[in-house]
Amino acid sequence: MAKLNMVEAINLALKEEMTQDESIIILGEDVGRLGGVFRVTDGLQALFGPDRVVDTPLAEAAIVGTSIGLALGGFKPVPEIQFMGFLPAALDQIICHVSRYRNRSRGRYTLPLVIRAPYGAGIHAPEHHSESTEAILAHLPGLKVVIPSTPYDAKGLLLAALRDPDPVVFLEPKRIYRAIREEVPEGDYTVPLATAKVVREGDAVTVVAWGSMVREAVRAAELVAEEGIAAEVIDLRTIAPLDDETIVASIRKTGRGVIVHEACRTCGLGAEIMARIQEKAFLSLAAPLERVTGFDTIVPLLKLEDHYLPDAGRVSRAIRKVVRF
Amino acid sequence: MNLADFDPLAGRRVEILDIQGNVVGRDLRPADLSDARLLDLYDRMVYLRVADQQALTMQRAGRMGTYPPTLGQEAANIGSAAVLEEGDWLVPSFREMGAMLLRGVPLALIYMYWMGSEWGSHFPENVRVLPICAPVGTQISHGVGLAWAAKLKKEGTVTLIYFGDGATSKGDCHEAMNFAGVFQTPCIFFCQNNQYAISVPRSTQTAAATLAQKAVAYGFPGVMVDGNDLLAVYAATQAAAAQARSGGGPVFIEAQTYRLGPHTTADDPSRYRLEEEVKAQESDDPLRRVRLYLEKQGLLTPAAETERWERYRALVQAEAKKAEAAIPLNPDDIFDYHYATLPPYLAFQKDYLHRILAGRGEPTDG
Repeated sequence: MAKLNMVEAINLALKEEMTQDESIIILGEDVGRLGGVFRVTDGLQALFGPDRVVDTPLAEAAIVGTSIGLALGGFKPVPEIQFMGFLPAALDQIICHVSRYRNRSRGRYTLPLVIRAPYGAGIHAPEHHSESTEAILAHLPGLKVVIPSTPYDAKGLLLAALRDPDPVVFLEPKRIYRAIREEVPEGDYTVPLATAKVVREGDAVTVVAWGSMVREAVRAAELVAEEGIAAEVIDLRTIAPLDDETIVASIRKTGRGVIVHEACRTCGLGAEIMARIQEKAFLSLAAPLERVTGFDTIVPLLKLEDHYLPDAGRVSRAIRKVVRF
Repeated sequence: MNLADFDPLAGRRVEILDIQGNVVGRDLRPADLSDARLLDLYDRMVYLRVADQQALTMQRAGRMGTYPPTLGQEAANIGSAAVLEEGDWLVPSFREMGAMLLRGVPLALIYMYWMGSEWGSHFPENVRVLPICAPVGTQISHGVGLAWAAKLKKEGTVTLIYFGDGATSKGDCHEAMNFAGVFQTPCIFFCQNNQYAISVPRSTQTAAATLAQKAVAYGFPGVMVDGNDLLAVYAATQAAAAQARSGGGPVFIEAQTYRLGPHTTADDPSRYRLEEEVKAQESDDPLRRVRLYLEKQGLLTPAAETERWERYRALVQAEAKKAEAAIPLNPDDIFDYHYATLPPYLAFQKDYLHRILAGRGEPTDG
């Protein structure tokens, strides 16, 4: 079995699914001839032709807007937004139409499309290239939002997203695009949407994370393990719909929780997770919940970027705090 | 009709029937637009006028929510949609009731939508019409996508996309037209220039002399047409459809019309335009032009005309009653159509509403 990084795993998923599902069309800026600025769609235009891997004009709203029409016309479009920082231009289409079409037509029209976008900080990219605004998307009824944290899951989740009857935004944590290599099988397998995964078991504290923060959470768990603290780490994998059952089951076991995300703190998804824990497992709690998040600031440019991002050190401090409460 | 003869930069526009119902552009009249067909389209205009009046009546009586009248835009509605063929798509904005009716959307459904039910957008399976779109201009790219899909499938169909003069100021419109030019999608951008975007006049939307000329920058033809002239609208849209259908790419049509009524029933036009301006426009009634023409041809007797209006009054009242009776008031509908499968948290919220409505207690576990 080949060891692949996340870029290669996503590429493989697209290649395999496009081979067996001729309705799939990739469209976006630089996705064709160049293979995407991160090379996620590398080689696909050569394989499937310029009608199925389409270099579009530079216009995010129309990339998503025409994808809506293509989906209504029987295709399964996979538009790429080059960076999440450029997603706001397409947000009008996502909010007003992508997330609403099934409901507003009472199921007469559905939009089975997958919007891909690299997201998050940590690669010292220019301004507007490091955003993690996933909570805005998770707030929208009718949308599913998927964020893989490993190459294996990236392929399995993307295949599940491509076969899902509803619109999915698939956010790719570009910081770990090439940071992790693991065995990714060729051929068909899916990782179900809306199911979180316990990536490390423990009974002292629950750490919830997604995207590139899963790696920091696991590192923090390793750090505190040396101090005798057994942290359980949950990778959400899908942030909407939220698999709160897995979170709550873990909290009921550990009684303590830390939520980690690189997005801003205020109205971040961590707040929603804390609310759900409070609603469903209040009497299991032995300590106040903690959040380790990005600051309520704009992501700094690269000279100060590393100060912004939560890391294993910050996560481990929070773990110790809730355990010693 | 040759689209190239109507370069918007040269200021020409397509005109066939003048305000008195005289044919002034005989050479432009489409060959398939016989007097019998014209009578049929006049029929559809009357239907639209009566359906529009009925909607206003119901809105005033509290039987309908906020409603955007079509008054004055009947020729633009009917003349354009009339050229579509089986398999073609129609992408409306929100002032295209006549076009939607012509393409098979039942009036009861349109009424249901404005009465406040999403079921009004649950069109029959064989009807290729998208739902009414409120956010201005956002539907234009959907139409380009539909046309793109049709091109990839080699369907030979066209997509007729409606929007207003205000929408041409939006980036969505620019982006969609640009995509259509690049990918040569078989679609028609049909702009109902009714001179006002709520209160803002056409002159404030753009410094360009015409809206049609914008197409030039996207690499495809734009034509101006007298939007109150049924024959001219038909001829221009037919020529555009022929070009799109044969692989010639998109066309932009600026139908110059006038919104005689308010933007919606919630609007008060007296705050932004003079009564005299509206009065002057009222003599240019799109229905009157066709009626005068048909009378001159001896195709319209007063008795037949009376019968026509009465027939449609009865029909729209029946459709209105049907709409009111058909609206389901099932609160489950609020939840059941967001996803193919109801997620657990929505199932919980649905159950919560049920308990509230039934006067039972709060669920114990969220």
